[in-house]
Amino acid sequence: MTTTPILRIDDVYKSFGATQVLKGFSLSIQPQEVVVLVGPSGSGKSTLLRCINLLHPPTSGRIWLEEEEITAPGVNHDRVRQRIGMVFQDFNLFTHLTALGNVMIGLTKVRKMHKKEAHDLAMFELERVGLVDRAGHYPAQLSGGQKQRVAIARALGMDPHIMLFDEPTSALDPELTGEVLEVMQQLAKEGMTMIVVSHEMGFARQVASRVVFMEGGVVVEEGPPQQMFEQPKYERTRAFLRKITDLEGDEK
Amino acid sequence: MQAFLDLLNNVTPGLLQGTVITLQIAAVSLLLGMAIGLPVGVGRVYGPVWLQRVLGAYVTLFQGTPLLIQLFVVYYGLPDLGLTFGRMEAAFLTLGLNSGAYQAEYLRGALQSVSEGQMTAARAIGMSKWQAIRSIILPQALRLVLPAWSNEVIAMLKNTAVVFVIAVPDLMTQAKNLSSRYFAPIPIYMTVAVFYIILVGAVYLILRQVERRVQIPGLTGDAESAA
Repeated sequence: MTTTPILRIDDVYKSFGATQVLKGFSLSIQPQEVVVLVGPSGSGKSTLLRCINLLHPPTSGRIWLEEEEITAPGVNHDRVRQRIGMVFQDFNLFTHLTALGNVMIGLTKVRKMHKKEAHDLAMFELERVGLVDRAGHYPAQLSGGQKQRVAIARALGMDPHIMLFDEPTSALDPELTGEVLEVMQQLAKEGMTMIVVSHEMGFARQVASRVVFMEGGVVVEEGPPQQMFEQPKYERTRAFLRKITDLEGDEK
Repeated sequence: MQAFLDLLNNVTPGLLQGTVITLQIAAVSLLLGMAIGLPVGVGRVYGPVWLQRVLGAYVTLFQGTPLLIQLFVVYYGLPDLGLTFGRMEAAFLTLGLNSGAYQAEYLRGALQSVSEGQMTAARAIGMSKWQAIRSIILPQALRLVLPAWSNEVIAMLKNTAVVFVIAVPDLMTQAKNLSSRYFAPIPIYMTVAVFYIILVGAVYLILRQVERRVQIPGLTGDAESAA
């Protein structure tokens, strides 16, 4: 593991008014890694993802994406975000556009592609998530799992170098999480670098290259899934992972 | 009855001429109001704070004072400052500025009811704030604003009647002139009221069609079942 990290987060702090959410968070991610980020609610997971793609730029600390320090002054945030795909808990599909339109709009408006080219690429991305037959449907006509898969296709269309998933299955009925996790697993297999905030421990065990446990705005412990689940260094990690694994067991 | 039909025969040409003027004033003022209301509404939600304040003052001024006073100021007051308008221009300008304030407010409400996640998602794929407003937020907000905007169109059709105080020959002015010529105010004003109802009814039906046409499939589904 001597390659340059694709993403390097160095001592990031983030406050909202008087509330400090991230308190010196550091993490390096190698190309093609799948990092599953877990932690109790309020530990700063979503905030961290929004710092990484500069939706909420860090209060202090630095972040590098590939060779570029994206937190440096004068960096064009819009351009940085094109390289970072983001998938949200509540999908946030554009309600006035069809599935195809949702994938196409970034291609025509941001990547400035011609309609025909954008259409073909969008169809290809929908194919990747298995939704070509739903291309003409509007978000309100899709199931939750389908919406999330369209959202993944929309992010993929921008040709991201890394993908952030913010609890992608939390808003889904249990029987719909599978189709989304499958798509994510496929992406991981194709070599996409991913940071996934999720409490799907089955996914973490099978797909993650690393599990990071964060609490109180910092990394408590990280390691390969097997080590994290079986012999974590800290009792706190063990207790938390046991709790969410048990909860998951109850649901299924 | 025969007397009324004779009267109707005599006044209808005049009333139709007035109707054309009324429609003209309403249409131009609404378009002017839209040209003002769209940027003002967007600016009040997404603009810098100082701009929001300035635009807020404009809205307060035109929503907070009677239309009649606005018309007097534009037609009789502004010439003192060297700004002189013809009757029609004064009507367009006053009603347009007035409507702009209301349209801006309706749009502001609609913009604010588009969920925040839409903006977040648009920014996340690399759109700039203005790109997101234009391609993602406005197309949704304009659909949401349609019912309120329909009310504005209807209000405008009737508000045009104030222009009779500056003697623009609209439907209302024609009614006033004809009723003094034929000494029959009640039958003539009742007839004019019917004219207004027909105009409003026609516009209402057209706008309902537009609302239905642009509705996002699957989102509410009630228009189809209602139809």
